[in-house]
Amino acid sequence: MLEDKDRIFKNLYNDGDINIISSKNRGDWIDTKKVISNGRNWIIDEIKKSELRGRGGAGFPTGLKWSFAPKEVGSRPHYLVINADESEPGTCKDRDILRFEPHKLIEGCLIASYAVQAHKCYIYIRGEYFNEGKILQKAINEAYENKLIGRNSSDTGWDLDIFIHYGAGAYICGEETALLESLEGNKGQPRLKPPFPALIGLYGCPTIINNVETIAVIPTILKKGSKWFSSIGKPKNTGTKIFCISGDVNYPCNVEEEMGIPLKELIETHAGGVIGGWENLQAVIPGGSSMPMLPKNICESINMDFDSLVENKSGLGTAGIIVINKDQDIIKCMARIARFYKHESCGQCTPCREGSGWMWRMLERMSKGEASREEIDMLMDVTKQIEGHTICAFGEGSAWPVQGLLRHFKKELIKRNNFNPLIKKNKNVPYLVDQHLLEKENA
Amino acid sequence: MLKVKVNDIDLEIEEGLTVLQACEQAGAEIPRFCYHEKLSIAGNCRMCLVEMEKSPKPIASCAMPAFDGMKIKTNTPLVEKARKGVMEFLLANHPLDCPVCDQGGECDLQDQSMFYGIDKSRFKENKREVPEKYMGPLIKTQMTRCIHCTRCIRFAQEIAGIDEIGAIGRGEDMQITTYLEKTMESELSANVVDLCPVGALTSKPYVFEARPWELKKTESIDVMDAIGSNIRVDTYGWEVKRILPRINENINEEWISDKTRYACDGLKNQRIDTPLIKTNNTYEKIEWNNAFNKIFEKIKSTPSNKIAGLTGDLTNMETLFIVKEFFNKIIKSKNLDCRSENIYVNTNDRKNYIFNTPLNRIEESDLIILVGANPRFEATILNLKIRQSYIKNKTEIYSFGDVGELTYPYKIIKNKTDIIREIIEDKHDLSLAIKNSKKPIIILGQSLLKIKSSKYVFNEIKKYLKKNNKINEDWQSLNVLSNNASTVGSYDLDINNSENFDSTVLSKIQNNEFDIIFLFGQDNLKFKKKNEFVVYIGSHGDNGAEIADLILPGSAYTEQDGYYTNLEGKIQKAYRASYPPGEAKEDWKIINELSSFIKGKNLFINKKDLDESMLQYLKLKKTKKFNDILDNQFQSEDILVDHFDYYYSNVIARASLTMTQCRNEKLKLNKTGTEG
Amino acid sequence: MSIKKISKIQPNNFEFNDENFTLAEKFISNYPKGKQKSAVMALLYIAQKQNNNWIPLSAMKYIANFLKISYIKVYEVATFYSMYNLTPVGKYFIQVCTTTPCMIRGAYKLVEACKEKISKDEKKLSSTSDSSWIEVECLGACVNAPVVQINDDYYEDLNKEKMIKILDKIKKNEKIQPGSYRGRKNSEPENGRKALIRT
Ligand SMILES: Cc1cc2nc3c(=O)[nH]c(=O)nc-3n(C[C@H](O)[C@H](O)[C@H](O)COP(=O)(O)O)c2cc1C
Ligand code: SF4
Ligand code: FES
Repeated sequence: MLEDKDRIFKNLYNDGDINIISSKNRGDWIDTKKVISNGRNWIIDEIKKSELRGRGGAGFPTGLKWSFAPKEVGSRPHYLVINADESEPGTCKDRDILRFEPHKLIEGCLIASYAVQAHKCYIYIRGEYFNEGKILQKAINEAYENKLIGRNSSDTGWDLDIFIHYGAGAYICGEETALLESLEGNKGQPRLKPPFPALIGLYGCPTIINNVETIAVIPTILKKGSKWFSSIGKPKNTGTKIFCISGDVNYPCNVEEEMGIPLKELIETHAGGVIGGWENLQAVIPGGSSMPMLPKNICESINMDFDSLVENKSGLGTAGIIVINKDQDIIKCMARIARFYKHESCGQCTPCREGSGWMWRMLERMSKGEASREEIDMLMDVTKQIEGHTICAFGEGSAWPVQGLLRHFKKELIKRNNFNPLIKKNKNVPYLVDQHLLEKENA
Repeated sequence: MLKVKVNDIDLEIEEGLTVLQACEQAGAEIPRFCYHEKLSIAGNCRMCLVEMEKSPKPIASCAMPAFDGMKIKTNTPLVEKARKGVMEFLLANHPLDCPVCDQGGECDLQDQSMFYGIDKSRFKENKREVPEKYMGPLIKTQMTRCIHCTRCIRFAQEIAGIDEIGAIGRGEDMQITTYLEKTMESELSANVVDLCPVGALTSKPYVFEARPWELKKTESIDVMDAIGSNIRVDTYGWEVKRILPRINENINEEWISDKTRYACDGLKNQRIDTPLIKTNNTYEKIEWNNAFNKIFEKIKSTPSNKIAGLTGDLTNMETLFIVKEFFNKIIKSKNLDCRSENIYVNTNDRKNYIFNTPLNRIEESDLIILVGANPRFEATILNLKIRQSYIKNKTEIYSFGDVGELTYPYKIIKNKTDIIREIIEDKHDLSLAIKNSKKPIIILGQSLLKIKSSKYVFNEIKKYLKKNNKINEDWQSLNVLSNNASTVGSYDLDINNSENFDSTVLSKIQNNEFDIIFLFGQDNLKFKKKNEFVVYIGSHGDNGAEIADLILPGSAYTEQDGYYTNLEGKIQKAYRASYPPGEAKEDWKIINELSSFIKGKNLFINKKDLDESMLQYLKLKKTKKFNDILDNQFQSEDILVDHFDYYYSNVIARASLTMTQCRNEKLKLNKTGTEG
Repeated sequence: MSIKKISKIQPNNFEFNDENFTLAEKFISNYPKGKQKSAVMALLYIAQKQNNNWIPLSAMKYIANFLKISYIKVYEVATFYSMYNLTPVGKYFIQVCTTTPCMIRGAYKLVEACKEKISKDEKKLSSTSDSSWIEVECLGACVNAPVVQINDDYYEDLNKEKMIKILDKIKKNEKIQPGSYRGRKNSEPENGRKALIRT
């Protein structure tokens, strides 16, 4: 278990205060100038060495991403965009950073902006987090007043302006290029890649996009050193991570823990265990609704890090852990998730637009036992037809959870769905037999 | 050059191509719905997926730029599976109502589902039902069939230049619509019918008229304006069912204006199908021979200098030529002209009356000045090219006077001839702009060529441009925008009779100095008739026929072969797609028979003879020594752009119900403002 | 998400009041010159706030002209994002999250409460016209499930009884307290915290 001294987000539960004085007491805005005076190569290098991977879902190495920004600023300015759209079901960590640790984020924005040579930073907050945005804005104002950002931020010579942009209820705007479209005042429909945003992003300018948590841990990493960060967790899966534990646990909570902590330990230590005891566990969705669920037997021993989860055909995603115990109807749970994806599809490309609704409708029927056996395999087909064929990763996000269900709970589906339109062949009453179907059965 | 490999075929391709284009060069056919050469890339249908080496997922070939060393496969199980999958999704919510869909037989979805479709639908849910949308009198919608390819949206935005179609809502409920379902305000709107790969947007006037395979298809040339758009005329028996664009990259690309497409129902209405004679203010049917006889008798008793003729705006060149011969040899009168308004033209040099910048090079321009012209209505396709130029180069565009919305921004200059004088005297900002411009385009409209100082303006601008080397081997900056299909052809055939460049025929007609007037498809003449004997030869009962004493039924452009020279001076042949109604005859034949009636001898042996003679005339025609006119009188006056009644600009359009509907719709919009 | 209905009753005119006009200009200034379109979402919010929490067509037109963009663009944005209301909603606008994490912890019981106390169907105004409710997707407060959002505030760790109490208070126009309804601090575990032990 992680010790409190190694926890980055000391005010995660708002035991202290949000204002700048308390934040400074927790170490924010201390030595910012010193860190920046090491230069951008050093910063990017340290982040690379820390092996920090993006906390927004894809787990892309942050240092590497920053190094994609053009080395020289050309005719087009660079932008830093913070992804605070947090809409992945099961995930609510960025919310706590925005409202209780805003200065960590703002300080991170300054360092990151300096590193990627951006003078403007937009923080894209989901519209529902209106109050969180207000708190953040207050903190931004404080930072301006204290000359921490703005002209010659923190006396570093770097100018930085930070603006908040509210979303308005669209999960897809968490996808980085959809987010850029939304920032530009359009519908949130993902862009085709290539070109990648690091070269052609916001307003056609080089743009680096990072998750709130990713940016908020930057100052601490640079102050405590990449060695400290990479010593937590295991190689390529380093550092601490905020886990959101929701669903059928006794004490659902957010908690910052060591990367790679065993799932069971996490649930039992911090969330008071599964409701009805560990034995009552049915499955866990380990990384936000997009990640395939894991059945109890895998949950016994799985470690919560990027690579271990991938090995088990799932993923760490946003580390939003949804615990489902045996009191729940697993098919219904997944049908509801499918409904989420149907509701949130942007409608731009065919497989996602048509497939997400199709999956949902089939799952709805399957939860009621109104599907045929064949349809269970067909559902798998449909997920495969979406996966990998869409413009953005939403396609995988909607297909994987269903695949997870089919992979681990097919028996359950089969048990419930034996609705079979084929009339049993009965030679004595030939007029009852639908000839067409009969032929098929014989075939 | 890039080296790529497509299905194990090594290929060298130009830089900047997409994977889809590379595959096409390798002969690998890629299915697609959203991709269209002329539109921006959307990459949303996902039909064009192909396999790329080292990529675990198939890639959208339409959107992926090709790079050196790329290895593409289009025939693997992975690709096949991806395409089948996408196809199944597209069909999932698409109604299977091909038998009652107007797109049937020419539907991309139908065709491709033959290849990739699974013969049975596995989609057991209820199909999506999308309410229909009103998009005006031309476009019928059946939005349940829409596959959300967004071609229509991109066309409206990028080509037509109107931001009026969009996709509202999201996910599976996304719907294509115009803002609050109002008519698309564009003269190019119906091109979305061609672009829509399915039957979501179909042609309203053509609804359930015919199936594509029942129609006879004839290649032809449009006559609704002077552009000479290449078209295809589809006929069912006598009736022209529809008109579609043909691709001609140098002229209309693959677009046509709404008038070109939809005025064709005017070919059925108001037709003159028998010779008529006016007695006591009513028209009576008369035999052809009696009609010829009437004319003969009139001519016999009239001195030839009292006989005049005016040709029309839709008249083809063969007819023009035989009319010319008829006047030369039979009537022996020089009083023949093609101008129904006093438009300045100096036909000594062809460059004086054509659009000298080739249409396909307009997009190279960096400065465009409109003088007395509204290209949006007078030549819609030209306007599209100007817009392309604006989009490509952010071309500066100026207009003398406010001519209304043109689909691109332009700066308004005071509409005074004094400004022209300032420019040529190097006293205006534009002088510098012209001098600095590499490829300026000056467009002189018909409205300008009508003003009193048109000679001055034309010649001084020409001189100025020459002086500044803006008219040279590589770039011709001076352009005249003709409005009618027959204008340039008429000038080429010297059907104009001027004295000091004014149309003497016209002024004499208007002064009632003639005794007999022949109107050859001429319906735009404004004059107060006194005692003249007017013979009208043409297709429609319109202005010309109204003042006529004798009417001979001729043919419309779809009913006879005919050459037309477009505003750029390109000669093209329109082929006969149908035949004239009733007793009507091809125009040239009428003149030939009339000549033979009068002189006992045909002017030409047959059509071929006529064609050859005409072409020979054009070939032998030499540019006369150019003399600059010296007494260019300056006069301070306004350059007013005439209101151009787009939907009613010629007899066919005026007889068209569809054009009337469009016109009413537009009047309605103007009344309520475009507020919707 | 089914396509949004547009209210049948529409005011003829819309204009920002002075305060909002200034606010709108301030939002526009957040974006580079010529990129004023970026402010369309913010301006739609302002219009929604000013007009009793829903956006009339005249406001969309006003915003389009304000930003010099076409109507259809504003219309597209307004119909794409779920938080813009194009028909009137209650003064108390109750959004019940029913996505799986909330569903597991009884969100549909809260829906029942809404049906009983506000109106049988979502998006329908209550009989007193002061409130309406809808089901929404994940509100991003899953460890405090089930959650409802009433106007700008989150109400967390609810159950049906507590929800009914809240709705009763709303009816009487009494003040309601946002946050956890099980008395815990934000997203901490309720019992025996093992992290960030207070010293
Ligand atoms: C459908 C979809 C939704 C996403 N939603 C979010 C989100 O809400 N927040 C977030 O930070 N990243 C989200 N992402 C991931 C982003 O695209 C992007 O990878 C991330 O912001 C990068 O930041 P990081 O490198 O710091 O993780 C989403 C991705 C997809 C495909
Ligand atoms: S209406 Fe036709 S062209 Fe427009 S998006 Fe739908 S299918 Fe494509
Ligand atoms: S043609 Fe490539 S995605 Fe549509």
